[in-house]
Amino acid sequence: MTASRKPVPKPTPDTQPFWDGTAAGELRVQRCAACSRHCFYPRPSCPACGSGELEWITASGRATLYSYVINHRPAPGFEDDGPYAIAVVELEEGVRMMTNIVGVEITPENLELDMPLQVVFEKRGDMHLPLFEPTGAGL
Amino acid sequence: MKDAVVIAGAAESDELGKLPHLSTLQLQLGSARNAMADAGLTKDDIDGVACVGSPIQIAHSLGITPAWLDGTGVGGSSFLFHVRHATAAIRAGLCHTVLITHGESGRSRVGAARMAMGPDSVLGQFELPYGVLGPTTTFTIPALRYMKETGLTHEQLAEVAVAQRRWANLNPRAAMRDLITVDDVFASRMVAYPFHLLECCLVTDGGGALIVTSEDRARALGTAKPLVHVLGTGESADAPIISQMEDFTSSKGFRLSSAAAFAEAGISHDDVDHVMIYDAFAHVPIYGLEDMGFLKRGEAGAFIAEGHTSPGGRLPLNTNGGGLSYTHTGMYGMFAIQEAVRQLRGEAAAQVPGAEISVVLGNGGMFASAATLVLAGHRG
Repeated sequence: MTASRKPVPKPTPDTQPFWDGTAAGELRVQRCAACSRHCFYPRPSCPACGSGELEWITASGRATLYSYVINHRPAPGFEDDGPYAIAVVELEEGVRMMTNIVGVEITPENLELDMPLQVVFEKRGDMHLPLFEPTGAGL
Repeated sequence: MKDAVVIAGAAESDELGKLPHLSTLQLQLGSARNAMADAGLTKDDIDGVACVGSPIQIAHSLGITPAWLDGTGVGGSSFLFHVRHATAAIRAGLCHTVLITHGESGRSRVGAARMAMGPDSVLGQFELPYGVLGPTTTFTIPALRYMKETGLTHEQLAEVAVAQRRWANLNPRAAMRDLITVDDVFASRMVAYPFHLLECCLVTDGGGALIVTSEDRARALGTAKPLVHVLGTGESADAPIISQMEDFTSSKGFRLSSAAAFAEAGISHDDVDHVMIYDAFAHVPIYGLEDMGFLKRGEAGAFIAEGHTSPGGRLPLNTNGGGLSYTHTGMYGMFAIQEAVRQLRGEAAAQVPGAEISVVLGNGGMFASAATLVLAGHRG
């Protein structure tokens, strides 16, 4: 199976809540109880104010397309995908994360920066990855 | 005034390119021997060793007993960090003469360290699952954002490769020497939109090394070559993974390290005769020119396209041909320093007439670490 060759993330104690979230169909990020800013990737203290009072919240799943490349030289496991978009999206909560764009033919014309996106989850191995599709694409 | 510190020796490996007959260690040691010979020094003159990997191995292989070691490994900028750290160490009296060496079997991978990151690393959890395949799929991601924010065109991005090939055309040691056009760039294979093959760096084997010491000691030892002064240095970092880079249109590391180096050197941008900017991909010199303060945001694409960084232009940039056309072993920073030294000694293949001050900007990782050196052919 080609799909099984795609890299599967392995949680660590600090990231387990994020991956528990994706398994439950939720996109979870941390929020600082002291300054209310969100942060991603998971960490023990707020990079903005230094507080250690971080709590996990469930993000809306809404995002915009911040930047991307369309990769024509596939990584192992991605050979059958055709050129695919490796993107960085900006969540409504203000943090950014890497992802793939799905639910649309991957062309520069179809991928306009700042277009609205929504999270979807793809099962890979025992894990669930947050991917993003144009808003309304799955409806 | 601080004690003057100089680069007293600088040399590259005898060969660059595809070298399956040489290991990583051989490239490191061969470059080190070339740099000592260039300075007219022997291994017994060296009491400090810096490299990416194991300075213990380098010292032991060469028969050097080190009083100071630096194994800073923060990517291709590491050798600029080593120059900065060596300068501070020499001024502090921790050691007197430092060997900085680089060798990398980047293409042939002979005796090379494994680069794979585990699936439980930050990269392994939050970037690798999305099909990234090295720098071509990560270092490149900010470019479309920069293009949208500034209006940089695809033609202007291609012009970076065209401009640097003009310099490589003048350099017999450059890997790629034939002049190219924007159309040639567009006709080359798409690697990761918007980057074509000719907008991506080479992947080669090679090495280079430096000898750093105090001006007083260099003069006492009677080193062989014109001394190159370290006038100012800076270092900083942004994010460890590209998705977390603070601003996709500007490198925080480039800005901070360059501001520190210019301030320490006490120079203005008008004083600079020659610039080397780490060019793993065509957009990096654009960010570099702006983040170093030579140009305002959004101006660099047109500046390069108009020929101002090309031979005869007012700001000669990447005069060896750069990582795009000269060589790129994976950690290119050493070669940027080497070219600056050659220019300031007046011995470059494509010599900039009267070059007295050169600024070198190094990148590590994907805009992750940065260091800047202000170098001069005389004491500023």
